[in-house]
Amino acid sequence: MDGIVELQRQLIDYTASLFHEGFLDEQFNQLQQLEDENNPGFVVEVVTLFFEDADRLLNELTKALGQPSVDFKSLDAHVHQLKGSSSSIGAHRIHRVCISFRNSCEEQNVEGCLKNLQQVKHEYSLVKDRLETLFRVRG
Amino acid sequence: MANNKISALIVDDDSIIRKIHKTMLERLFNIEAETVKDGKEAVELCRSGANFDIIFMDREMPIMDGAEATKQLRAMGVKSTIVGITTRAGGEDREEFLAAGSNHCFEKPLDRAKVEVVLREHKKFTI
Repeated sequence: MDGIVELQRQLIDYTASLFHEGFLDEQFNQLQQLEDENNPGFVVEVVTLFFEDADRLLNELTKALGQPSVDFKSLDAHVHQLKGSSSSIGAHRIHRVCISFRNSCEEQNVEGCLKNLQQVKHEYSLVKDRLETLFRVRG
Repeated sequence: MANNKISALIVDDDSIIRKIHKTMLERLFNIEAETVKDGKEAVELCRSGANFDIIFMDREMPIMDGAEATKQLRAMGVKSTIVGITTRAGGEDREEFLAAGSNHCFEKPLDRAKVEVVLREHKKFTI
């Protein structure tokens, strides 16, 4: 019994730390509220969709920025998608970088875009790691 | 006995957003929601005779954007409550949506509080 209580406490602490560090925001809470015994895997399902989507978009962005002549319109469209989906699951830090990224696209600033892409990849790997840990603990 | 459930259409090119918004409407508000992925599909669906109490319309979509779709729906005589949803905090999108004929415009993502605002107004219409 003690083991379960301890585990629950760790889960609450870990989740709270993700909010404190700005990885997640209120929107993630909204998703958790949609989960219940009839819909138990909802959060994991949605976040998994997000990971698949993000992997694809990051590939597209990397390819687009590797072209001799960068298509900023197409770049912006991909960043817009990532911005939207990250905000919808509460991935706060990714969302913030995407806002800068869109500005770089608007300015047609290749250096800025490359920097933003690195930042997005970095934030993505951090939050992915933390969410995967969270799901391992909560089930 | 008439079905008193509110019917909704979610128009958004992002599959994650469609899934989240649909689940939220159904779980929190018992609203049945259909989904399409572009403004053009929404217009065609309504043109084919489908009726919705509320249409949640994303702004940026590849083939036909939300403001254009809203304009076309109003021109067709669609009386549904149209809720524009935009990713940009600035006023331009909002003005464009309202000018096109939408009833509301909110910033993405949709959440419980925003839906409640829409429903409070909607209930007024139907009473």
